Amino acid sequence: MAEASDNSIRVDGIQLAYMAQVRARRIMNLILIVLFAALMFSGFATADARNAGGFWDGLGNVLDFPADVFGEAMERAHLLPGYLLKYLPSLLETVNIAGAATLLGAVMGLLLSLLATRGLAPFPWLITPVRRLLDILRAVPEIVIALVLIFLLGGGPVPAMIAIALHTTGALGKLLSEVNENASLKPVEGLESVGANWSQRMALGVLPQVAPNHLSYVLLRFEINIRASAILGFVGAGGIGYDLRNTMSWGQGKFDEAAAIFVLLFLTIVVVDQCSSALRNRLTHGTSPSKVTS
Amino acid sequence: MTAATIQHQATGLIRRKRFTAFALPAVILAYLAYTFISFDVLGLAERASLKNAATLVTDLYSYKTHVSRDNRSGEIEIAIEGERKGRYPAGTGPDWVALGDAETVIDLGGGHVVRFGAQVTYDIPGYGRVVTEPGRSGVNAQLPEGAVPEWINASRNRLSITTDAGRLTVTRNRAEVFRYFTGWELFFFTLDSPYHGESFGTLVGRAMSGEAGAIATEFWTNKMWRHGDVAWAIFETMLMAFLGTFGAALIALPLGFAAARNFAPLGGLRFVVRRVFDFLRGVDGLIWTIVLSRAFGPGPMTGALAILLTDTGTFGKIFSEALENVDDKQIEGVASTGARPIQRYRFGVLPQITPVLLSQVLYFLESNTRSATIIGAITGGGIGLLLTQAIITQKDWEEVAYYIVLITFMVMLMDWVSGWLRRRLIKGDESGI
Repeated sequence: MAEASDNSIRVDGIQLAYMAQVRARRIMNLILIVLFAALMFSGFATADARNAGGFWDGLGNVLDFPADVFGEAMERAHLLPGYLLKYLPSLLETVNIAGAATLLGAVMGLLLSLLATRGLAPFPWLITPVRRLLDILRAVPEIVIALVLIFLLGGGPVPAMIAIALHTTGALGKLLSEVNENASLKPVEGLESVGANWSQRMALGVLPQVAPNHLSYVLLRFEINIRASAILGFVGAGGIGYDLRNTMSWGQGKFDEAAAIFVLLFLTIVVVDQCSSALRNRLTHGTSPSKVTS
Repeated sequence: MTAATIQHQATGLIRRKRFTAFALPAVILAYLAYTFISFDVLGLAERASLKNAATLVTDLYSYKTHVSRDNRSGEIEIAIEGERKGRYPAGTGPDWVALGDAETVIDLGGGHVVRFGAQVTYDIPGYGRVVTEPGRSGVNAQLPEGAVPEWINASRNRLSITTDAGRLTVTRNRAEVFRYFTGWELFFFTLDSPYHGESFGTLVGRAMSGEAGAIATEFWTNKMWRHGDVAWAIFETMLMAFLGTFGAALIALPLGFAAARNFAPLGGLRFVVRRVFDFLRGVDGLIWTIVLSRAFGPGPMTGALAILLTDTGTFGKIFSEALENVDDKQIEGVASTGARPIQRYRFGVLPQITPVLLSQVLYFLESNTRSATIIGAITGGGIGLLLTQAIITQKDWEEVAYYIVLITFMVMLMDWVSGWLRRRLIKGDESGI
């Protein structure tokens, strides 16, 4: 009898302690949520106060511009196919900027990622400097490099390509080196034992293991770079972004062409996203038909 | 299967692999060659401006002080970088300029001396004295005997001499000397500040004796570098990223439920919500920025909303995929204790998806800091605006460098903060929220 009450006292104690713990955690969560809400509200208030036009004043006008563009495009709908054709070369340039930059960035990123992976790097003392270099390349927004290069090299696709390639190097370098870390070292050791040099060990021992994941990251980067390439065009680096700014800044009467560019850009992004995500799914999850033979 | 067929298969396989091993790099190279031709990389040599590159590099680590005289009125003006903000008050100047009524002597160092008097003279060590007498008939330059060196450019109405010590330009109306110094000019205090030119020790001493506030204000309101404005711009950019990312997450969470197969019974609604996500993502931040800036004008709110719209699409997709992958067993377990639907979501679903969602949202926080810089450059807001403004002047490259360094640090800081939060919030607490 005494023992049972003893037990129930112990259980009560445990329950009390548990409830106290739960309560403390709930209070902590509540404080965090209140703090977060306060930050969001004051943040929006600050941003609203520092904006040229207020949020509530502007809210009614949000649809004005799309309505203008849409209206003008409808009015001259018969010209739209012509415009789509007219801006196709610019679109191709935008896609090419992204493509070339992704390729160059992927090649440099792959090389730097191998130099930055423990166990694979040929010079271990280089690992830290290379990682910091990748951090810096990743941190600098493309637009910064592009604007400086436009001053040096003049407008056109090359500054945008270099800027995006550098950023891609930083971003891919980090991701690829994380993939490399998971690669099994056994093939590398095997190749080393038969006298393969570093580049042979990497090409034959590591790359076949990591290639699907690498490719999937490169494809993802290509999606991102198409958007970046359009944006850089807007600040003067060729491609469809440049045309978009011209049609917009010449004001009246050009919105139908802007609409055509919007359509082209939207379709490109959607198509590339869909294709690349299908490909990536196949690379990382699905069994591709080539898997049996390779 | 005989050994012969296996061998045949194997050689075929190896041949195919060898073919791809060479074909893939060849395709890549061909594509790169095509883009290089279509981008006219070879023509770049003509378009590239070495002069601009030289200006940029020298401006990065040095600045120049202009000493100029109006030849008609004899008025002397001394200004750092020739800017109004860096102008010395009339009648004062740095110690290497001796202002006088009849003659102003400018010592460029290393024996190079320029005198602004009735005549403008420049003593160049190892070459001699160049004398000019600017007036109605031209600049009347008299150079020492011998061939004119290439660093002197003399014509009837204009003389310019560029040496290592500085640069002198004389026209009929104006005589101007540049002297170059290493470093970033007036970074801490401008010339009109009482603290300009004080040593660090003196400043600390004066700060101790109660002037700390005044010193901080002088630094903060520095007219040349505008530290206060720059800090605000950085803050605005981070604010855009914060509001955009978390605002999008808050909106995308309920929409994500509506787009997840296992939570939304209505197929039609699911289809609509998913197409909304695709549309938001496909339209892209650039177009959202343009549309929104027409309605709200430039500023951080516009940037935050542009990020919010784009990322609502992205998060919606990620969230709904995460929701489709939740384990039903936990929800059933919670339901078996008699939990109401709200409680089932709170204790059965949320703890499963919070780690995934939080880590995604925090990853985006860092990348959105970069997007916010870019959007700021397009619409005009935050550090992106300051950067484009500095680049457009084409001469304030030290400011450009300063902003680039600040942007890099800002992004790295956000990266670090989001990594820290990720570790704290996801590993530190198993309960999920």
